[in-house]
Amino acid sequence: MNSETPILHRALAIGVTTAIVGLLWLYTSQSSSYLVVDMGEMLTRFREIWFFERFTSDFVPSIERLAMGYALAVVFGVAFGLGLGMLPAFRALLMPLVSFLRAIPPVAMLPPAIIILGIGNTMRVFIIAFICVWPIVLNTADGVAELDRTMLSTARAYGLSRWERLRLIVLPATMPRIFAGMRTSLTFALLLMIISELVAGTSGIGAFLISAQQRFQIPDMWAAIILLGLLGIVLNYLFTLMERRVIHWHIRSGGK
Amino acid sequence: MPHVERLPLIERKSVQILLGLLGLLLALVVWDLAVRTEFVNPIDVSPPADVAEELIALLGTSALWSDILETLKGAAIGLLVAAAIGIPLGTLMGLIPAVNAALRPTVEFLRPVPGITLIPLAILIWGQSITTVWFLVAVGCVWTLVIQSFYAGQAMDEVTLDTARTLRLTRRRFIWSVVLPGTMPYLVTGLRIALTIALIAAISVELLIGVPGLGSAIVEAQNAGRLPEMYALIVISGLLGILIQVVFSAIEKHVLRWHESQRPGSGQ
Repeated sequence: MNSETPILHRALAIGVTTAIVGLLWLYTSQSSSYLVVDMGEMLTRFREIWFFERFTSDFVPSIERLAMGYALAVVFGVAFGLGLGMLPAFRALLMPLVSFLRAIPPVAMLPPAIIILGIGNTMRVFIIAFICVWPIVLNTADGVAELDRTMLSTARAYGLSRWERLRLIVLPATMPRIFAGMRTSLTFALLLMIISELVAGTSGIGAFLISAQQRFQIPDMWAAIILLGLLGIVLNYLFTLMERRVIHWHIRSGGK
Repeated sequence: MPHVERLPLIERKSVQILLGLLGLLLALVVWDLAVRTEFVNPIDVSPPADVAEELIALLGTSALWSDILETLKGAAIGLLVAAAIGIPLGTLMGLIPAVNAALRPTVEFLRPVPGITLIPLAILIWGQSITTVWFLVAVGCVWTLVIQSFYAGQAMDEVTLDTARTLRLTRRRFIWSVVLPGTMPYLVTGLRIALTIALIAAISVELLIGVPGLGSAIVEAQNAGRLPEMYALIVISGLLGILIQVVFSAIEKHVLRWHESQRPGSGQ
């Protein structure tokens, strides 16, 4: 390898990315389509809307739903997954059922959720939690099942109690798998937050997005699309940061 | 007497299958009891027997099969579009470090953006049409394919590539006889994952915007108050997902039967 390659690659990364953004900017300023909004104008609108015209009315409720649903999924998913993983009979009993529930398209659960819980915050938090729990359950249970048997037997031989084994051995060793499940779930959480607001929403970024579209307020629509995109990017970034902190000792943190 | 390692009872396949079936049965019993004792409102949740009856009746209607066909068509075409863009892009990024360096920031930036946010835009452009489904399915699974083909390109053996260079293969032969077989295992796996995403995306878009297919059939049943049918359709969409996974895994095994990852006892 040439020693100049890393510099060349960095230059390429910066150059090409700048070129893509530049071309996009040029395109949005030249295009005559009503759907394309000049990027400068759109950024102004973005700032007006989210700082702080609609901040408390739409942004905050969305984030609250997302956080509550996701937190519930993580707590129940890890607990249930550990249970499944540590009790083989329980695992054999429930695995086919869990796999089936996971195979149902998340959005298809929305109509029954609306029928049973109505349109409101409970329904939105519930649907996020219900869909996000399965990837965490499955990954946690697999992680426990893959544990080194010798390690567990050793721990038992040293007289560690069930609780100590769970806290000192099972949980840390399963952590990478738990994080893999949580990462998948995070994508689902954002997706269901958006969709549950698109469908019959009264507040939230998704509801704002669909009402902007219906009123043909294209700059507002773009402002919502960009915010949701940024939300995906920021959540993903924060997740990676947290993962690196918690399981920094793991070789392939972030891998499946 | 030959030494036979006896598996503990619980780790035997037959016991596991039996327990799994028992688990499904228990779930049905719990569901039934929840409705009977009015723990859940019987108007909102249909009893499992009604849903099963409706499911069997549905299987005999042509409407269900045409809905399934529409959904599969939407998922397949969207997936093809994503593959046509994602596979060459990802493979090039995996094979050529300069291409990777140039495009990586853009790809990493766009990847976590949920494709569903583009629904309102797609509706303004194409309306309630199958094109909207194709577009959103393609957006939904393109990144998975880019990433998997990137790994595919990276996994290409240096010696193989050098040998091909020494032999001065033509570009076409290089692609067909070296790159394609070398990247195949990753691509097939990528396609299998993407297919699941495509199916889910197709049903979701149908449900949200009312394009014919399983998704809109669920909403129609809901709006008409035919709840057993709605629940039956939801069960069917889950079963369809599992069926497609099983079929594609079998195809994957068959297509890659020459590859080391499929041989028994391989470390991969």
